[in-house]
Amino acid sequence: MSKPDWGTERAARGERLAAAGSLAKGKIVDSADVTALLEAVIRPGDRVCLEGDNQKQADLLAVALAGVDRTKVFDLHMVQSGVVLPEHLDVFETGVAKRLDYAYSGPQAARIARMLFGGKIELGAVHTYLELFARYFIDLTPNVALIAAVSADRDGNLYTGPNTEDTPTVVEATAFKSGIVIAQVNAIVDKVPRVDIPGDRVNFIVEAGKPFYVEPLFTRDPGAITEMQILTAMLAIKGIYAEYGVKRLNHGIGFSTAAIELLLPTFAEKLGLKGKIATHWALNPHPTLIPAIESGWVTQIHSFGSEVGMDDYIAARSDVYFTGADGSLRSNRAFCQTAGLYACDMFIGSTLQIDLQGNSSTVTTSRIAGFGGAPNMGSDPRGRRHASAPWLKAGEEADPDSPAALRRGRKLVVQIGETFGDGNVPMFVEHLDALVLAEKLSLDLAPVMIYADDVTHIVTEEGVANLLLCRDKDEREQAVRGVAGYTDVGRGRDAKMVQRLRERGVIRRPEDLGVDPLDADRSLLAAKSIKDLVRWSGGLYAPPSKFRNW
Amino acid sequence: MTAPFLNDPAAVSWYEASARKRVVTLLDPGSFLEFIGPEQREMSPHLGIFDLPKQFDDGMIVGHGTLRSEKIFVAAQEGRFMGGAFGEVHGAKLTGLLRAALKADIQTVLILFDTGGVRLQEANAGELAIAEIMRALLEARAAGIRVVGLVGGRAGCYGGGGLISGCCSALVVSEQGRISVSGPEVIETNKGVEEFDSKDRALVWRTMGGKNRRLIGVADAFADDTVGSFRDATLALLEQPGRFDLDTLQAEQTRLEVRLERFGHCADAAEIWTALGIEDASAIPAMAAEDFVAIADRVQEASHDAR
Amino acid sequence: METLTFHHKTVTPAGGAKAQALVGVVASGNLEVLVERTLPPAECTVEIATTAHGFGDIWRAVVGDFVARYPAGGLRMSINDGGARPDTVALRLAQGVRLIEEDAL
Repeated sequence: MSKPDWGTERAARGERLAAAGSLAKGKIVDSADVTALLEAVIRPGDRVCLEGDNQKQADLLAVALAGVDRTKVFDLHMVQSGVVLPEHLDVFETGVAKRLDYAYSGPQAARIARMLFGGKIELGAVHTYLELFARYFIDLTPNVALIAAVSADRDGNLYTGPNTEDTPTVVEATAFKSGIVIAQVNAIVDKVPRVDIPGDRVNFIVEAGKPFYVEPLFTRDPGAITEMQILTAMLAIKGIYAEYGVKRLNHGIGFSTAAIELLLPTFAEKLGLKGKIATHWALNPHPTLIPAIESGWVTQIHSFGSEVGMDDYIAARSDVYFTGADGSLRSNRAFCQTAGLYACDMFIGSTLQIDLQGNSSTVTTSRIAGFGGAPNMGSDPRGRRHASAPWLKAGEEADPDSPAALRRGRKLVVQIGETFGDGNVPMFVEHLDALVLAEKLSLDLAPVMIYADDVTHIVTEEGVANLLLCRDKDEREQAVRGVAGYTDVGRGRDAKMVQRLRERGVIRRPEDLGVDPLDADRSLLAAKSIKDLVRWSGGLYAPPSKFRNW
Repeated sequence: MTAPFLNDPAAVSWYEASARKRVVTLLDPGSFLEFIGPEQREMSPHLGIFDLPKQFDDGMIVGHGTLRSEKIFVAAQEGRFMGGAFGEVHGAKLTGLLRAALKADIQTVLILFDTGGVRLQEANAGELAIAEIMRALLEARAAGIRVVGLVGGRAGCYGGGGLISGCCSALVVSEQGRISVSGPEVIETNKGVEEFDSKDRALVWRTMGGKNRRLIGVADAFADDTVGSFRDATLALLEQPGRFDLDTLQAEQTRLEVRLERFGHCADAAEIWTALGIEDASAIPAMAAEDFVAIADRVQEASHDAR
Repeated sequence: METLTFHHKTVTPAGGAKAQALVGVVASGNLEVLVERTLPPAECTVEIATTAHGFGDIWRAVVGDFVARYPAGGLRMSINDGGARPDTVALRLAQGVRLIEEDAL
């Protein structure tokens, strides 16, 4: 019997590095040679992480990978947060890649659905970010990581700037398991402003000569917020934020939550809630939170990523944001997702479909947008062991009979939206499209974003449904129907039962909360336009051109 | 009093307000009376053919009221209905108002523009309306009536609206207001994205927006985005004497020739601003209204009641 | 274009003395409501012209809830609809009643 060789992975890495040898001067590879570099270091069937999420993109490397010779590089298993750029799917069209595990596919939702139906992609699973990161360390460890940074020095030390996001996690999993790390950087410099990734974890750097792409996904124009979204926001503030005293929270990216952010310094301040709610956040740097920050509402914010145009503002508000020695934001998606899961008492966000029990999904039969972080934010962490007032109160509502010392608390998981969405499509449905999709693609699991047993409240313009207080399936269904307005689901309600639920406070109408729908007016918004946000920021917020009207 | 009906002119955003709200809050409180109001249901005879919804006032509100106690006529376009576009009824209401001003001993007519141009579904009627309005407007001016245009709505002032605005005695514009004949998309379609990228909103506003229009003399006064500021700017303009004679037009012709000579080579509005003597042209777009007005007043050319 | 008319008997006459009021504009997802005080105090009529066909049941439900909730006696309410959602319709109807109740605009 021969002695086992425990160094095969290292040896393989050595071979790959050697194959690339002639292309690199030190660690630096010319941008014209990137495709050749990828052909040299990637082996057929490799697991490859092409960095990209809902914000930053390693776009130069994505184009290079799409351009490799498919007789040399094929059947790759892509393990990446985001399927966002066209090139992310082009590699499956050409056969360079075969299998996919991912988390988010917003802009490519329609194309990825077509390709899945057409059998062009072998799908592993649609994950949440944190879940995919976890699997990088267990069974989806990348052989090669293609990442993006702002700058590098000649030793490969990387500065990832405000959009650090997934990079440390991807590099950690790849570099320490004998993988190859290739970074595109905007510029190679003598000394990086701060070291986000130590150079000994980076094998090659490529100067892109232009900034990597960042999508301004978290910018909501206050000018587009409607009276109905304001009404819904008012109901959420009075019916949930104030009711539970929620201080630690995460917001989704929809207009309803943007409306809440803009009502904090106005409507919520008049209610005397300053300092009592919404002080500590796991949140991207939402421009719509600027008025609340400037009005002294916010103690601190940890962020998954940055937001286009917010960098100078963040740097000038280091009491609020996490910043590095260079003064700019340090974001970290893995840590922020963990913070959102364990250290926040509430997640509130919107969805496309909610069924009769409260399961929700953003999947429709023609669009698969993935999950991003929502299922992680929007779930009750069973491993949580620290108490807080909102968590205990929610736990008691769900389970009033258990002894307090042995009772789990509950994270508040709130779905907010209008009964009818874009194009008058109802948000409430008898059956989720996700079920149809699961059947068509023979998936073991329907792509449910937030499971019914995690959802605690549903807020619409019709009122607040508190599902924690529902004692059986029928009550739950009627509570959902009770806030579903004039949708088919809403009109199918049992009026008497809904009335009883209202008497018990399971359903609370605007008038039960002391909110007059006629008061829901845009004049309540602390900012009515992007320009107003710039003014609030003292000129520090520099919105991208597509949001300007000046 | 509930929020939707707050009527303090200093607090009402011009950009956000409906045409009806602009009129009611711009004039002296309670003074506005509408001609051919919505209850008369004088709606478009054309939109129904296309199965498109009509509006009771066809997107044009006309009437009379007082402005600091002077009796005036006023017209306002609703920029959210069909993009404020001119149709047959819409246009006829403005033509009628301008003609009526001649007979009613009115010294001032205000036109609150908010339009993308002519309504495609009634294009012939709309184009004719533009011509009739321009004729009626010039006849009114020839009779000594001041016609002041106010531009600061969502739709801007484009197409035929841009032509009509060019016939006015004076224009008030806010930062949000855009004045031009061809819109950004039209220019891009015809001349290519290299010539004009209609999606580059900063470029669109730098070129067609209120600040540039004020600086190059298209507009005679600049207002902050409140009804109160538009009212103040309008009142200030009305204190200047109205002129409409051959000398006025010849002087304007000369000014336009000089302008073309001075700025014709500029590739971007910011270059024009630098040529006008503004030290930091890049600061103009973000500048607060008050600071901007001070600069504009300093660099502005002589006004000839024409543009 | 679909036109719908609903007649309701009402208990409470609308407040105020103004003869008419107008709220909203006709735009995508929006509507205008012209409110005229022209009917006997125990009646309310809602007339709708809408581009969205086949939603008569939803309109009936929205108008029924509105008449039950707000004092709309004596009012003729005329709607031009640009495909607004039911919740927006309900809000505009309520705003129309509120506006005609007010003394001055």
